[in-house]
Amino acid sequence: MTFIAKPRIDLPSDRLNDIGLRRRDYEGVLSTLCAGCGHDSITAAIVQAFWEMSIAPEKVAKLSGIGCSSKTPAYFISGAHGFNSVHGRMPSVATGAMAGNRDMVAIAVSGDGDSLSIGFGQFGHVVRRNLNLLYIIENNGVYGLTKGQFSASADVGSRAKKGAENRWQNIDPVATAISLGGSFVARGFSGDRDQLVPLIKAGVRHRGCAVIDVVSPCVTFNDHEGSTKSYAYTREHKHEAVKLDFVPPAEEISAQFDPGEAKAVTLHDGSRVMLRRTEDSYDPSDRSRALQYLETARSRGEVVTGLMYMNEDLPEMHDLFGTTARPLTDIPYEELSPGSEALRKLQAKMR
Amino acid sequence: MKRTDTSNPDYFHQVVDCQWACPAHTDVPEYIRLIAQGRFTDAYMVNRESNVFPGILGRVCDRPCEPACRRGRTGQKPVAICRLKRVAADHRGDIEDRMPVIPPKNGKKVALIGAGCASLTVCNDLVPMGYECTVFEALEEPGGLMRSNIPSFRLPHEVLNDEIDRIVDMGVDLRLGTRVDSMQALLDEGFDAVFVGSGAPKGKELNLPGRQEADDNIHIGIEWLESVAFGHIENIGERVLIIGVGNTAMDCCRTSLRLGANEVKVMARKPRDFFKASDWELEDAEEENVEIVINHSPKAFVVEDGKLTGMTFEVMEYDIEDGRITGQRVVGEEFIPCDDVVLAIGQDNAFPWIERDLGIEFDKWDVPVVDEKTHQSTRDGVFFGGDAAFGPKNIIWAVEHGHQAAISIHLHCQGEALDDRIPVHLNLGSRKMGMHEWSYSNSFDPAARRKMEHVPLAQRFRELSTEVELGFDADQVAVEVERCLNCDIQTVFTDDLCIECDACLDICPTECLTIVPDAEEPALIASLRAPRLEPDQPLYVSGELKQTGRVMVKDENLCVHCGLCAERCPTAAWDMQKSLLKFPRAADHEPTAEPLKKTG
Ligand SMILES: Cc1cc2nc3c(=O)[nH]c(=O)nc-3n(C[C@H](O)[C@H](O)[C@H](O)COP(=O)(O)OP(=O)(O)OC[C@H]3O[C@@H](n4cnc5c(N)ncnc54)[C@H](O)[C@@H]3O)c2cc1C
Ligand SMILES: Cc1ncc(C[n+]2csc(CCOP(=O)(O)OP(=O)(O)O)c2C)c(N)n1
Ligand code: SF4
Ligand code: SF4
Ligand code: SF4
Ligand SMILES: [Mg+2]
Repeated sequence: MTFIAKPRIDLPSDRLNDIGLRRRDYEGVLSTLCAGCGHDSITAAIVQAFWEMSIAPEKVAKLSGIGCSSKTPAYFISGAHGFNSVHGRMPSVATGAMAGNRDMVAIAVSGDGDSLSIGFGQFGHVVRRNLNLLYIIENNGVYGLTKGQFSASADVGSRAKKGAENRWQNIDPVATAISLGGSFVARGFSGDRDQLVPLIKAGVRHRGCAVIDVVSPCVTFNDHEGSTKSYAYTREHKHEAVKLDFVPPAEEISAQFDPGEAKAVTLHDGSRVMLRRTEDSYDPSDRSRALQYLETARSRGEVVTGLMYMNEDLPEMHDLFGTTARPLTDIPYEELSPGSEALRKLQAKMR
Repeated sequence: MKRTDTSNPDYFHQVVDCQWACPAHTDVPEYIRLIAQGRFTDAYMVNRESNVFPGILGRVCDRPCEPACRRGRTGQKPVAICRLKRVAADHRGDIEDRMPVIPPKNGKKVALIGAGCASLTVCNDLVPMGYECTVFEALEEPGGLMRSNIPSFRLPHEVLNDEIDRIVDMGVDLRLGTRVDSMQALLDEGFDAVFVGSGAPKGKELNLPGRQEADDNIHIGIEWLESVAFGHIENIGERVLIIGVGNTAMDCCRTSLRLGANEVKVMARKPRDFFKASDWELEDAEEENVEIVINHSPKAFVVEDGKLTGMTFEVMEYDIEDGRITGQRVVGEEFIPCDDVVLAIGQDNAFPWIERDLGIEFDKWDVPVVDEKTHQSTRDGVFFGGDAAFGPKNIIWAVEHGHQAAISIHLHCQGEALDDRIPVHLNLGSRKMGMHEWSYSNSFDPAARRKMEHVPLAQRFRELSTEVELGFDADQVAVEVERCLNCDIQTVFTDDLCIECDACLDICPTECLTIVPDAEEPALIASLRAPRLEPDQPLYVSGELKQTGRVMVKDENLCVHCGLCAERCPTAAWDMQKSLLKFPRAADHEPTAEPLKKTG
């Protein structure tokens, strides 16, 4: 980490977004993570995406569990709401938050330990309920915060810093989320911001649970030879299956997209994602093909990245519950809780 | 793009904007750090090594370093570099024991014409090498225009005397009141080399109707200031017009106020953006209620009964496009009454005393032909420096000319080729002290420039020699030193260490770093994260990075030398290293001189 906070210097080159904010306004407090940590890089990608999308900081809810990754919401969008919850239990808190105020832009940050080890159950359920949030797993293959033990995402055969080999099968959050009925599932790499930023933007605008598994090297405990989550290994084995570009609602789709190659998918708010295949006939709307593709890539030792699966038509949690369109937080208390007389009447109806 | 060659000392030198802009390349950030530590004497000596007259220059330097200062590009005013120099000079201790020991004479004799700052610098460099330096000065006191023209309310005599004496006392043979009337005669005396540091002593005339008739009340600025300086003139009329708006005009108007004038107007032909005077000189004059009148072009001196009563001016109008005058017309005429006029419209150099058949060539403007690097004229062994060489400039340029001419004189006297000069030498040394510690104050301090206090107006005019600027107090110094960004603590990049984690890019408060696929310069510039605002500022481009083959690009323009990139980098690919530049002097060209070596 650094001890000197990044100073604020107003430069003539500073640009403002549509709501008059500088990129710096989307940053948070000084990061306490190890210098060079992939998590910090993801933080920077989140800052860039939210700034470019001109999302008002006070409309954002940041949710996390426990871990180095789960600490990072403190390092972006200081003006947002935040809840740094219990290890592996962030999805419950997020569900409560979004049940209460469905108008918030929710961003959940978790780790591979937080979501795939202790919190695996919670992770599975928030995906299948399709809660409307962006769910980022900062995946480094280890429990960083507790000094580098293998997590559930560590690949079989990968080695710890001191040489121990992992013999447990690994959980792939991307394959898991697709098979659980996830509506938006992607993989990125902290070291490839050009790819990650549009993924984050699309994930924010997707209505439903957008899971992005981001390979995020731990410089201190998992960036050595023998690791399959290091900068060098990931760069060597990374393979982008589908390239995604994000086009905000008001913007023209530029001529750079060849209609033969790029497929536009319109999201609920009118923004579009342009999907460009880099691989034969990969189709991110075909669930079984996606799973098959992931399996083939795995057997070849590739780290596939890009938007792996997306379905804009799946209902999200509020649709399934049939809750009111108004955020509960906007409803006067008397209306929300009409009193014991009203309860008695309701119960009478059910008898 | 080609990988940046940082082994060329110019690369890192250019990053130290103030030092690059200073004609004598004063190591500004180093002396500011020394002041911060209270080491005033050391700070003074760092200055003296380059600019020879820190006490003088700390008051009146033209300070080309300040407009160049990096701090000025952070949306603030530049560091008060010049005022801090004065702080070092005002608070220094005794430096006697730091002065060079004068060796026995080496048998070589050098004649110098004029005892201005150029000649004195040559003496400063050559006397400690054993040269016998004889200075011929027409006036009764040494110092050139610093004494005869720069008023004592800007430059006190004690400061001037102290720094001049220090050189003269090294053993200069100073012949005051001795005008050189013939170069031929001087050359016949058999000196091994001659240095012409006679300045640009001729004030420009304004030949308009009435000039001769009103001669008693029309003064040529530099001559008039000289007469004031030496006590020959002690008063002036109540209403004074100063013609011209350069720095000389500013000294003339302020001096008039001290000699009894109470209504002083500076008459400018053009609008304010085209003034030659430095901003601070204009501000200082206006603070004293001098009125600056623009768009008035002198037409005639009006004389009644043989006495000057005023001047008529043509009132001008200009068309201005992109900061350039594209058209002009006269839109009226105005009479302005006055008792005296001072002409401050420029100076020329003049050499009536140099015979034109000595092999010293003059060009079509009657200016000597002088080599810009060696300062030698077309005659072997005759050198020019200061205002005499390339026309009127300023003290700091004259000093640098002196240093360069001294090298040439030495090489000439030793029979060596004049262009066989030792190149500038660069040392780099890491400033890392521990995990998160740097041996310089790297945190960015947002403080604004401190304001110099002035003597109140009421007291100021009582005596000509009352120094107007009071100097910084201790609190002001403490804040101002921290405003310096330490531009000489360079960001140095080692390509093969970088793992492309982007940490440095994200922590950089000015977004001056970018990692991109290599491309030709225009494409690379287009992909920078922060737009490139100053095309003259260098780009630092790495070689191919190991993992992706992309390159690290740094736009030096924006860097505030906070060291956060180096502090964040997990592999120490970025390091903060001090660049120490050594500018060789005459003494470094001695065969016995210690070679310039690495110190870190
Ligand atoms: C009014 C005024 C204000 C200025 N203010 C500033 C300022 O604030 N800051 C700044 O940096 N610069 C200033 N300058 C410019 C600066 O003074 C000169 O650039 C600088 O003094 C040049 O130094 P020099 O050694 O070349 O010559 P000078 O200082 O001109 O010295 C030349 C000397 O040679 C002598 N001399 C000339 N001919 C002969 C001869 N034939 N025989 C013997 N002696 C001779 C002269 O008497 C004089 O003493 C100012 C100039 C003027 C006119
Ligand atoms: C209930 C509970 N069990 C165990 C821990 C100890 N613990 C803290 S962080 C962590 C693992 C975090 O791993 P991950 O989510 O991958 O985060 P990383 O630090 O790698 O980013 C563990 C086991 C805890 N804080 N709470
Ligand atoms: S900030 Fe300091 S080192 Fe940089 S240009 Fe200004 S005075 Fe010189
Ligand atoms: S020192 Fe490094 S982090 Fe600081 S401004 Fe310069 S490049 Fe950026
Ligand atoms: S912090 Fe260091 S390793 Fe990381 S990208 Fe910058 S220079 Fe490279
Ligand atoms: Mg982890």
